[in-house]
Amino acid sequence: MTDPVTLPDGTPVTARAGLASAVDTAAAVRAGTSSATEVLEAHLARIEAADGALHAFNHVMADRARADAAAVDAAVAAGRDPGPLAGVTVALKDNLCTRGVPTTCSSRILEGWTPPYDATVVERLRAAGAVLVGKTNLDEFAMGSSTENSAFGPTRNPWDPARVPGGSSGGSAAAVAAGLTTVALGSDTGGSIRQPAALCGVVGVKPTYGLVSRYGLVAFASSLDQIGPFAPTVADAAVVLEAIAGHDRRDSTSIPQPAPGLTAQLGEGVEGLRIGIVSELSGQGIDGFEPDVLARLHEAADALTSAGAKIDTVSVPSAVAGLSAYYMIAPAEASSNLARYDGVRYGLRREAPNTAAMMAASRTAGFGPEVKRRIMLGTYALSAGYWDAFYGRAQRIRTVMIAEFAKVYENFDLLICPTSPCVAFEFGAKADPLTMYLNDVCTIPSNLTGQPAISVPFGTDATGLPVGIQVMAPLLGEAAMFRAAAALEQAAAGKES
Amino acid sequence: MLTRQDVAKVAKLALLDLSDAELDRFTPQLAAVLEHARDLQSFDLDGVLPTHHPFPLVNVFRPDEVELAEDVREEALAAAPAVEDHLFRVPPVLGEPA
Amino acid sequence: MTATDTPDTATDTGLPAGWEMVIGLEVHAELATATKMFSPAPNRFGGDPNTNVHPVCLGLPGTLPVVNAKAIELAIRIGLALNCTVQRCVFARKNYFYPDMPKDYQISQYEEALNVDGHLELPSGAVIGIERAHLEEDTGKSTHMGASGRIHDAGYSLVDYNRAGVPLIEIVSRPDLRTPDQAREYVDELRSILVTIGASDGKMEEGSLRVDANVSVRPVGSTELRTRCEIKNVNSLRSLGRAILYEARRHVSLYEAGERPIQETRHWDEEAGRTRSGRSKEEAEDYRYFPDPDLVPVDPSPEWVDEIRAALPPLPSQRRAALVERGAPTAGAAIAVGRDLDGLALAAIEAGADAERVITHVANNLAIEGAEHLSPAHFADLIRMETAGELTATQAKQVLADMVATGRPPADIAAEKGFQAMDSNELETLVNGIVDANPDEWARFCAGDDKSRGKLQGFFTGQVMKATKGQADGKAVNALLMARLARDTA
Repeated sequence: MTDPVTLPDGTPVTARAGLASAVDTAAAVRAGTSSATEVLEAHLARIEAADGALHAFNHVMADRARADAAAVDAAVAAGRDPGPLAGVTVALKDNLCTRGVPTTCSSRILEGWTPPYDATVVERLRAAGAVLVGKTNLDEFAMGSSTENSAFGPTRNPWDPARVPGGSSGGSAAAVAAGLTTVALGSDTGGSIRQPAALCGVVGVKPTYGLVSRYGLVAFASSLDQIGPFAPTVADAAVVLEAIAGHDRRDSTSIPQPAPGLTAQLGEGVEGLRIGIVSELSGQGIDGFEPDVLARLHEAADALTSAGAKIDTVSVPSAVAGLSAYYMIAPAEASSNLARYDGVRYGLRREAPNTAAMMAASRTAGFGPEVKRRIMLGTYALSAGYWDAFYGRAQRIRTVMIAEFAKVYENFDLLICPTSPCVAFEFGAKADPLTMYLNDVCTIPSNLTGQPAISVPFGTDATGLPVGIQVMAPLLGEAAMFRAAAALEQAAAGKES
Repeated sequence: MLTRQDVAKVAKLALLDLSDAELDRFTPQLAAVLEHARDLQSFDLDGVLPTHHPFPLVNVFRPDEVELAEDVREEALAAAPAVEDHLFRVPPVLGEPA
Repeated sequence: MTATDTPDTATDTGLPAGWEMVIGLEVHAELATATKMFSPAPNRFGGDPNTNVHPVCLGLPGTLPVVNAKAIELAIRIGLALNCTVQRCVFARKNYFYPDMPKDYQISQYEEALNVDGHLELPSGAVIGIERAHLEEDTGKSTHMGASGRIHDAGYSLVDYNRAGVPLIEIVSRPDLRTPDQAREYVDELRSILVTIGASDGKMEEGSLRVDANVSVRPVGSTELRTRCEIKNVNSLRSLGRAILYEARRHVSLYEAGERPIQETRHWDEEAGRTRSGRSKEEAEDYRYFPDPDLVPVDPSPEWVDEIRAALPPLPSQRRAALVERGAPTAGAAIAVGRDLDGLALAAIEAGADAERVITHVANNLAIEGAEHLSPAHFADLIRMETAGELTATQAKQVLADMVATGRPPADIAAEKGFQAMDSNELETLVNGIVDANPDEWARFCAGDDKSRGKLQGFFTGQVMKATKGQADGKAVNALLMARLARDTA
């Protein structure tokens, strides 16, 4: 059985005993029955007690958080509306810009850099009354599936500290799983919210591309990156997404619509919804799916059927190629996005006799091996003579995938599959890059198509490690997606009791 | 098949200095990824256009109005590794840009 | 008529016989917007270093570009003025490392440019093809400092990002230019268009207009395109002409020596009067262009393009044509438009003044400063007085100067100065008198050839002018001398 990280009193952090959900916290703070300061202090104490073992945080914003909490309490006392997320503690992946607070992307090249501006999502959370507790650890520049690529040391899975929390948003996932914060934000380019959510037993959402502004998210792969919430419950994830979603004029790719309402329909159930199990992503196309993971998937499908949904298997053949297409497109965009780290204007610099040498020396010293690999892969995919065969071809296969999913969604409302082929693995178990990349096979298609997807905890494997089930929806199909997620959550709770 | 020379060339383009050991280690790793990507070649892409944006939008503009971000100059220069007279200082730039 | 049709080009180029130049120009112009291309930082010349900056144009981590609507409008104006097809376009990243580029890529346009397939008609009549006119962002500026020349003091560079992100239009001509003069004419006309339509202030001296020349040569009559070199660092029209001529001659020398030029970028050294090879590269730079995922396509609606087209002011070529249609000589019309005096000229002609005289005065006797307030009606009156013979050309020039200075009507000024043309009989008597008073000179004049007559003609005319205090009409004097010559040598 797993051996979760414990608090000084011996209870496992993963039990999150005594901690309220975001929905309940906000309700209590707004009603005056809870103070934001109390909520914050409880979390700061947990961080103090457990983060030494976990290393979920790169930086705890204790002073700022206390000021934020005090401001919320003052607003409540003065009878002003403190916002829909009043007093809710939020941790931010350390690739989200926070003014005056270090934003490192867990890389030496940005060690100590503080942005002169806040990301749009940070502004919106503040405006909603949230209390920002700190910056969480990630795979360097969001490149990885285990948080082992952090330049500042890995984050440990609260369920078993010998295992990874997943990645790249491992710190945010672990922080929520361990109750160090109520909710957190991560970024998802190939599964970096959903996969760690699955491995840490929490809810993780990648919204429709363009639903949440990327302004202030340090770019990895611009046409794939999206910011999304980690939360202990589906309702919490919906409420946080509502607060950060909606058009932002500073992001040209932002969907020109206000945030959709997501929480109202949550309890409506799945009666009549047509839900497809993607055969290629459920052990019938790609190898490497752990039997326990597949078992939980089938139980999830059964649970949805019991709840009134119509379940069937469906084939999406191009989904298999998603992995390869992703590993052409994402590194290509990344190689360009990371060119700006050259030691000239900010970040790490290694002096040299001329500028080109200085840039090379700085980048070489500042970037870790995975980042270097991906920059080289991406540069190669874009280079003369290879552009058409690699980057060009991958972008066209993207079109094929989008068309195929569109066709599938003519007959289905939602799709499900495991979030990850495996549960949390041990540190060092997937040292070979290609092996590591295969973790993303289920999550990647949604990034390529831009469609939303959510990971919902659904049981564990035989040793007690969490399993996550992924629900996928068409573009802007979050409402139905959350309904199915809520149904799964209810069924999972039913299993436990 | 990706060669050590290809990797060296690409590293240079990306301004990354790789040691011999790193070249030896990275080459097979990158080659494996490219090899895996061979499955992309099997698709018939006749007439298929690329997707550059998963959510298609056009004509996103902003008005031609100045927005001064307060203290940007000070903060930007404060973050710089080397500054002289409000300018970013770098080692001599050899040659001309392309 | 295209560039290649002009018969005199070969002899005009300054190249050895049998060779012709093939020139294409890339002109970059900064657009006259209030803010930068993708960031809301101010777009203005000068200013303390690193003050016209914003997180977006500094390329800070996490920032994103958003297109400036005004830049698109101005770019469409330019495309229409250059007879281009305006089309759906995409921004692409041009990737290379350089300290004056905050993102180490430049957002530009590659395969799908906003304006394509246009042309520009030169005042002299040649039509130059325009391949494309696309949008991109400018870079910052780096200045090299120090370097005492000693090996351990290589100096350093300082970078200012004020200019980084300023909107640029890059106008690429087809290689249709054939002489340095044509190249200068092209740039001059292009600048005139850009200024007329309000798209750019086109100041080469401030860097808001930059020209790179692509030069190759080939044997006259051939249609091949040989190896070309790109010349950078040309900072004035004069330098442009000199640089093109130097480079073309360099190519010819190489070919005639049995060698060939290497395709490369070269820099014009104004002081030395030569081009020099640029940074040596083992291979050409690979920019790895791809559509910028942070920006969506720009697809101007036909309605928007029509609106912009309707709002275009008359272009220089149209303004020249308006004058020529009313009898102005072509070259003079070009000068009038070039000086922004065509409005005045047109008004005067329409008020009844003789077109040729109007243009002559505009070309020779007026500058835009001061002429702004010259009334077309008064100007027309002056021309009428001159063509009616009430004033000589010289007198008219003087009256005009006074009109510009004081704004008074010509009749008043002429009366005040006591101007009136000399009676033609009076003049004839005076001329005969001077001829009779100088029999030796007159004898030599009658006996001499054209060359020696020329000098003596000046002598006689000078005497007449002296006697009339400059009031005689030079043309009339010459006519009388010729008539007398004819009688005396008959």
